[in-house]
Amino acid sequence: MSNAPVDNNRRRFLTVATSVVGGVGVIGAAVPFIASWNPSERAKAAGADVEVDISKVEPGQLLRVEWRSKPVWIVRRPAETLADLAKHEDQLKDPNSEKDQQPEFARNQYRSLKEEYLVLVGICTHLGCSPQHLKGGAFAEHVQGVPEGFFCPCHGSKFDMAGRVFQSVPAPSNMVVPPYQYVDDNTIIIGSEAEGA
Amino acid sequence: MWKNLLDWIEYRIPMMRVANMHAIQYPAPKNMNFWYVFGFLATIVLVNQIVTGIWLTMSYEPSAEGAFASVEYIMRDVEFGWLLRYMHSTGASAFFIVVYLHMFRGMIYGSYQKPRELLWLFGMFIYLALMAEAFMGYVLPWGQMSYWGAQVIVSLFSAIPVIGPDLVIWIQGDYVISGATLNRFFALHVIALPLVIVILVFLHIVALHEVGSNNPDGIEVKRKKGSLTEEEKTKYAMHEYYTNKYDIIDDVVPFFPHIVLKDLIAFSVFLLGFTYVLFFNPELGGYFLEHPNFEIANPLKTPEHIFPVWYFTPFYAILKAVPDKLFGVIAMFAAIICLALLPWFDRSSVRSWRYRSGLHKVNLLVFAAVFIVLGYLGGTPQAPWKVTLSQVCTVMYFAFFALLIIYSKNEKTKPLPARITK
Repeated sequence: MSNAPVDNNRRRFLTVATSVVGGVGVIGAAVPFIASWNPSERAKAAGADVEVDISKVEPGQLLRVEWRSKPVWIVRRPAETLADLAKHEDQLKDPNSEKDQQPEFARNQYRSLKEEYLVLVGICTHLGCSPQHLKGGAFAEHVQGVPEGFFCPCHGSKFDMAGRVFQSVPAPSNMVVPPYQYVDDNTIIIGSEAEGA
Repeated sequence: MWKNLLDWIEYRIPMMRVANMHAIQYPAPKNMNFWYVFGFLATIVLVNQIVTGIWLTMSYEPSAEGAFASVEYIMRDVEFGWLLRYMHSTGASAFFIVVYLHMFRGMIYGSYQKPRELLWLFGMFIYLALMAEAFMGYVLPWGQMSYWGAQVIVSLFSAIPVIGPDLVIWIQGDYVISGATLNRFFALHVIALPLVIVILVFLHIVALHEVGSNNPDGIEVKRKKGSLTEEEKTKYAMHEYYTNKYDIIDDVVPFFPHIVLKDLIAFSVFLLGFTYVLFFNPELGGYFLEHPNFEIANPLKTPEHIFPVWYFTPFYAILKAVPDKLFGVIAMFAAIICLALLPWFDRSSVRSWRYRSGLHKVNLLVFAAVFIVLGYLGGTPQAPWKVTLSQVCTVMYFAFFALLIIYSKNEKTKPLPARITK
């Protein structure tokens, strides 16, 4: 053993230096463990964008597709349905969609990119049930004077044909519009917005 | 503030007392050399196995239908899944490397001798549990080697007279190795055996600290109370648990930080090798992960060559060397039991090979060489000359113990120094 006098400064420097280097190593080693909790490639593939052909959707029809294991509705709204939207706005909680429940492009009365096609995540904003599509006057039973809309069988929440929530129901906000874009007139991609949209 | 918090805790649980007794004021012989780092490394690898094991369980599917695919899923789809799996598989082999070196250290320095017999036995139980753990873990990926390895090992029990065949069915939970076997092995591998190993490691350390660490000179650093002058006693503050019972000679250092820092240096050297295998050669040419295991288990087709992973091959060679099923199995288990009985086979009162006869040194070195040759023979394809050599080596393996029993009683040893030499 050497009998050199103890140099405390040097000792402190070495202690700090090795601790810092060791600490960086520990943090680096923690990265794989933390990162491996992220969605796996399989989950990412399952959650990838969905392409839907809408050319065969009849006026008034509702098409259900699956996106990230959630139901997404595509409704082709005829002109009279669109015209009806303005009539009951005084009964809605948030007629102008001021709450953030849709991409910027759908922040309008129709809550859609193209007026004719409504794209919605078909899940009630109350506790996650999937509402029913009531049409041909069947919805008037729940809201007088409104012939068509969505009614949640779980706790009775009501939404109009733009997914906007009526007043005095448990659901707090309008239904969610997912990000989507048109590839061409007949095809939409659910899951991402167009560049610069 | 900090002091108050520590006092508050100490009043309720003996945190500092345990830290002092087992680390900060634990007397470790100052001449511990590199052979003494493998216990520390084994602990590190155990932690690695437990942590990566927990993470693998998050994505693994224990069923005959899903196991193989789920391992591929871990390798390809789970973020960093490949790394977690390779850390686990490389860790398994690393575990045996450090454990074998740890055991050989105990043999050359006589660390199993009185009063460390129980310490050695706990170590042997850890080794046994580790072998069971490794075997069952190897079955889980449900590849060809998993399946046929399980087939061979489980069949060993059929050699037991009368109850053997029924015992095998009971272990398998089916008439063949099947999903039922896989599921129970999974349960044992992830819960039962790790729990047993952790408890045994705890007991191993408790037993070690009760009798104290041996050292390369094999002479006690704890002397009879009142036998040393103040001059001869250690100047370091050692815990009263030790100083009340013994006089501790001035040849010790506190375990923390002296030995811990030494262990950390060893750890960084270990990491160099470990990470090389991990990142550049995780299969290590088929030794750490055997190639047939990249093919899904097929009960209708045995791989051309079938061997266990390298750490079992010495015992596998003994099994193959004996031309009788029952006696082969007996010889294999006897090979392990002999190791466990070492404290009673060795009748010498001198521990370290430094002060023992030339015969003992040669005997130890030949034993180590025979173990390695057996490992080679058990892990390579069959050939007639290998059978003969295996038989010779098997006899030599047991001859080590037989000779030890005979010569150790009246062995001509060198005089022991009074103090630890530099």
